[in-house]
Amino acid sequence: MIPIIHLLAFCGGFIIMSFELLGGRILAPYFGSGVYVWGSIITIFMLSLAIGYLLGGRLSVKNPSPRKFAGIFAISAIFLYPMILYAQPVMEFIFQQIEDPRYGSLTAAAFLFMVPTIILGMISPYSVRLLVDNVEESGKVAGALYFTSTLGSAIGTLVTSFYLVLWFEVDTIITILTLILLSIGLIAWFFAPGQLGASKNSATNPSPGA
Amino acid sequence: MSLLKPSSMHRPADRRFAQPLKSFWALLTALLVTSVAPSVLAAGKTVIHEERSLYTSILVQQQRDLLCLNFTLKRADSSQSCMDVKNPQRMVFAYTRMAMSGLLFNPNPKHIMIVGLGGGTLPVALTEIFPEAKIQTVEIDPAVIGVAKRFFNFTETANNKIIQQDARVFAKRAALQKQQFDLIILDAFNGDYIPEHLMTQEFLTEVQNLLTPDGVLVANTFASSDLYAHESNTYKEVFGNFINLKGRDSGNRVVIVPQGALNPEQRTPISKDLLLAQAGALTPILSPYAVPIKRLAKDILKTINAPADWDESKRPLTDQYSPANLLRSQ
Repeated sequence: MIPIIHLLAFCGGFIIMSFELLGGRILAPYFGSGVYVWGSIITIFMLSLAIGYLLGGRLSVKNPSPRKFAGIFAISAIFLYPMILYAQPVMEFIFQQIEDPRYGSLTAAAFLFMVPTIILGMISPYSVRLLVDNVEESGKVAGALYFTSTLGSAIGTLVTSFYLVLWFEVDTIITILTLILLSIGLIAWFFAPGQLGASKNSATNPSPGA
Repeated sequence: MSLLKPSSMHRPADRRFAQPLKSFWALLTALLVTSVAPSVLAAGKTVIHEERSLYTSILVQQQRDLLCLNFTLKRADSSQSCMDVKNPQRMVFAYTRMAMSGLLFNPNPKHIMIVGLGGGTLPVALTEIFPEAKIQTVEIDPAVIGVAKRFFNFTETANNKIIQQDARVFAKRAALQKQQFDLIILDAFNGDYIPEHLMTQEFLTEVQNLLTPDGVLVANTFASSDLYAHESNTYKEVFGNFINLKGRDSGNRVVIVPQGALNPEQRTPISKDLLLAQAGALTPILSPYAVPIKRLAKDILKTINAPADWDESKRPLTDQYSPANLLRSQ
C-alpha cells in the first residue's frame, strides 16, 4: 500500500509544479513575463495550496477512504482541463478591466489556477491520513510523504521546463497532466483499497475484502 | 566627465546596509566579482557601474573611448550597447546601423515605437534626426532606464518617451487605444536573448496590427543556432516575405518588413533605383552616425528574392510553443 500512496503523492507534487510553471507561459501573452507575473503565480499557488491543505485535512477526518482519495484526483482533473478553453477569454476580459499588469496577472492567476490547485493541495494531508497507523509513526509518515510529494514537485518543474515545453504545446501538456491525474485516480480507485485494507482496517475489520 | 571618476564607481548599494550586514554583503559581492574579474582586468576595462536589477545584472564599463552596457556578468564581453564617448553619435554596433536601414522604406516616420531601451542608441539618434516624431520606447527594467539616463545621455522629452512596461502588455494596450506607428523596432534583449513571449507569432501579429500601411517593422535578431530557422519561419508565417539582412561580419540578422501591415501581394515592390535614391538622400543625415546606408541598401537589394537560407520545416514559435531559449542552445 505504501508505494501506491507514495506514487500518488509524487504525481500530485509533479502536477502542481508542472502546472505552476505553465502558468507563466499562459499569462505571458497578456501580462508579460516580468517578475510581478511570477509573483502573482507563486502567491496564488501558495494561497491555494494552503487552502487545499486545510480542506484536505478536514476531509480526511470523516471516513477516510482510498476511493475518496481517488475522487480528489478525478475532480482536480475535471477542473484542470477546461483551462484550455477558458484561459484566453478570461485573460482577455481581465486585461480590459484591469490596467495594472500586476493586479491583472494576480486576478487572472486567481481565476485560472486557484480551483485546480486547491484540490491538488488536498492530496498531501489526505495521503498522510491514509498512511498513518499510530501517533508514534505519524511524524515519520508525514515526513516521508512530504519527501515524495516534494520530490515529485522538483522533478515536475525540471521535466516541464527542460523538456515538455520543448516537445509539446502548452495545451498538450495540460492534457497530459489531466490524463495523468485521471489514470492515477483510477489506480487509487482500483488498487489502493485492497492494499490499504490490509493494514488500515486491521483493527476494526480483519477481513481485507475482495 | 565626472561620471568616469573612479571615486564614484563603487557600488552604491553598500551604503544601504548596516554595519553587520556589510561584511556579508562585501563577501557576496566579492565572490561574484571575483568570477568576472580576470576577463575585466585582462581586457583593460574599467567598471563604471554595477547593479543587479530584477531582470538582469547590469554592468557599465569603459574601455578606452567605449562606454558599454552589459547585461550579464558571466559573459562580460558581449555588450548590449556601446557609446563612443568622444563621438557619441557614432553607432558602434553593426546591428544598430543595420536597424537604421528601415528608414530606406519610410524616410520620415512620425510615430515610432521601440521595444528595448538598452543604452538608448536608437531612440537618441532617431530623436536627433526626427525632432518632431513621437517616439515611444518600451522598457521593462527601471534599472536600465536609470542607467541609460545616467550614463548614456538619454533624456526624456515630450516627444521621446520611455514607457516602463512589458512590451507584450504595451502592444495589447496600444491596440486597444488604436495607436499606429510608421516605424517599429524590436530590440528587446535580456542577458540571453529575446524574451520568449516577444518572439511568437501572436506577438508579431499584435505588432503588425500597430503598423500604418506604410509602416516598417525592423527586428534585431541573431543568425545563429536552430532558433534562427524557427524565428525566420515565425516571421514568414506572419508577414510573408521579409528582408533578411545579415551582418557582414557579425552574427546579427535584422528582419525588415516594409509595409508590414499589408498582405505581401498588396505591397509596393521594392525598386532598385528608388532604394538607391533613398540611400543617397539619407547619406548626409546618417553619416554622423556612421551608418553606411548606401552599402546597406546594396546589401538589402541582394537579399531580395534570395532563397531562404534556413530550414523551412522548422516549427514557427507560438504562445503555445516558444521554447526559444532552449532552441538557442540546440
